[in-house]
Amino acid sequence: MNGNAIAALIRNDIRLYLSDRRAMVVGILVPILIAAFFGYVFGGLGSKKEAGKIPVAMVDEDQSAVSRAIVQDLQLDSMLSLQPLARAAAEDKVRAGAIDAAVILPRGFGEQSTRALFTGDNKSVIELLVDPSKATSAQVVQGLLAQHAMQQISKEAFGGAGGARTMDDFLGTLGEPKAGESADRTELRELLRSARRWNSRNAAGTAAPATGTANNSASAGLSIPYTVSSRAMTARNDVPYNGYAHSFAGMSVQFILFAGIDAGVLLLLLRGRGIWQRIRSAPLHKAQFLFARATATMLISLFMLTAVYAVAMLVFGVRIDGSLPGFIAIAIAFCLLNACFGLMLATLGKSAPTARGLATMAVLLLVMLGGAWVPSFVFPGWLQQLSRLSPARWAVDGFDGMTWRGLPFDAAVMPTVVLLGSALLCLVIAIWRFRWEE
Amino acid sequence: MLVIEKLRKNFGDRRAVKDISFSVGKGETVGLLGPNGAGKTTTIAMICGIAKADAGRVTLDGAAIAPESRALKQRVGLVPQDLALYEELSAWANIELFGGLYGVTGPLLEQRGTAALQLVGLADRRREAIKNFSGGMKRRVNIACALLHDPDLIVLDEPTVGVDPQSRNAIFENIETLKRQGKTLIYTTHYMEEAERLCDRLVIMDRGEIVANDTIAGLYAQLPVRRDAVIELSGNGANEALIQELAARFGTQFQVQQRGAKLDDVFMRLTGHALRDASDTGESP
Repeated sequence: MNGNAIAALIRNDIRLYLSDRRAMVVGILVPILIAAFFGYVFGGLGSKKEAGKIPVAMVDEDQSAVSRAIVQDLQLDSMLSLQPLARAAAEDKVRAGAIDAAVILPRGFGEQSTRALFTGDNKSVIELLVDPSKATSAQVVQGLLAQHAMQQISKEAFGGAGGARTMDDFLGTLGEPKAGESADRTELRELLRSARRWNSRNAAGTAAPATGTANNSASAGLSIPYTVSSRAMTARNDVPYNGYAHSFAGMSVQFILFAGIDAGVLLLLLRGRGIWQRIRSAPLHKAQFLFARATATMLISLFMLTAVYAVAMLVFGVRIDGSLPGFIAIAIAFCLLNACFGLMLATLGKSAPTARGLATMAVLLLVMLGGAWVPSFVFPGWLQQLSRLSPARWAVDGFDGMTWRGLPFDAAVMPTVVLLGSALLCLVIAIWRFRWEE
Repeated sequence: MLVIEKLRKNFGDRRAVKDISFSVGKGETVGLLGPNGAGKTTTIAMICGIAKADAGRVTLDGAAIAPESRALKQRVGLVPQDLALYEELSAWANIELFGGLYGVTGPLLEQRGTAALQLVGLADRRREAIKNFSGGMKRRVNIACALLHDPDLIVLDEPTVGVDPQSRNAIFENIETLKRQGKTLIYTTHYMEEAERLCDRLVIMDRGEIVANDTIAGLYAQLPVRRDAVIELSGNGANEALIQELAARFGTQFQVQQRGAKLDDVFMRLTGHALRDASDTGESP
């Protein structure tokens, strides 16, 4: 094997990469900037970041004590940015996309809903106008509305004038006790009379706590009878999730694949130049030439990955909380895949512009399926399964695993094997289809 | 030294080189001439082991050259028609690459690279990027890069295309130095004066065939010596009748200026005057 020739070709490719400093810096800076943006949007440095509020319009056509109390509660909710509006203005704003949703409390809502709490029929209808492109926001608004409405309606039922009137109506309907009436009717009358007395005391402010604590009293309305303590399962309990870790993984993968495209296209362009004739006239075997090209591209890819992750660590707090050898194994396997991908591109492409266009489309598809842009959990189930065919997903998942998830080396084995297998496939195609002879 | 026997190359249905045969002796400089599309570049590609012949063979001291014959390729240096240089890199970086391809590294590369750059007069510009060089300087570095492995046979494919007269003259001097060093050269060109100055023998190709293979003197001999009468007349009204009258009156005293035939005349007689493109003639671009 002509080791000198291989070394000369590798050194030359690296020199060419380093000779254009501006392109080199841009090639590293662009993934950093985009990763920084996506990292900030999808979580930043964890708990310190305030989540964006959902803009919602509130149309209170009822103006009852219940509806006003619900509006007040929603205004205090940290997840919403509430904007009181008239119906027409709210409809216009949702349609224009200026706000995510609008809640319309109809006339008679307070009384009707308090009564429906006891009767279960003739329910009031709350209109929720939604921007169809922001379905997730609408679901959040619906959940918060249910929580706050239930609390205020039950509060009115057991401590407000509306509730007292409703119970009086029921008691009037039941009438006085009669001989031979059913036991159920008697017990229901007693229950309503007790509730009515309690309602009177609540209204007068003299009700004793039902379960020993004022907060649990029905006078405060029904609230969700539990609290949720969520815990981010990151590398360690004391380490918050760092959104930059995922975005840097995704953008590194994408832009290094773009560099692989460049390497392949350069090889295609080389064919039409005198340099190609001189290389072909040299005592060089096809395998030596391809090996040198692949090695150079792999080294350049590793350099880019190292530079991008160095900035991620120094500036954005990304850490390799998992296995460092695992991270290195995935990095090498991915860069090797990138090199072989570039070679394959050079063998399959008919012309440089066509090859570049098709390869760019393929890379974007691979990285989108790989969850580099949009988290893969938003995909439908079948698409999530399909995305496992994308080497980009294995690379991104592997880097995630070795950084913020803090997984051990074992978790790096499968991504490494898949990436190496993909590299081998690209290499076989490249060797098979590479036109060395003229 | 170099023997080409019944060499043939087809591109699809088109036959670019049609069973041509010629030889080049050791230390000889042979000019390969022909109009565009004659088959020169394809022939050179087969001589250098870049393209595989469909029939026939090229031998160097009896051993057949083919794309896979790496030991023989070590003895051949190619100066391609297109600049075979990385313009973003320095002259020396190019020297390192093309030396490395032939296994020339370390002190040997330093010695040969320096000598090659000295030969082309650019030793003091070795650290400069090629993109900053003039066209003539690039052509000279292009030649230097073919000499690093000290080849026995150097193939120069139109090495003076697009350069100014001074650079062309410098390249001629470089090539003449190589001739004096005993190198065997194959030189293709469109310029007759270059062939006349540099070559010992000319092989003229047209439409994939060899139409002449001879020394320059031999080629001249193919044309009859032509005598042109130059009649200098002052004033207006000169016509055929007047010329006849002058000839009749002055006889042998009539001034006749003799002009010898030029190599251009030989070339044009052999290949014709019509302008032809590569697609018309069967050679690949």
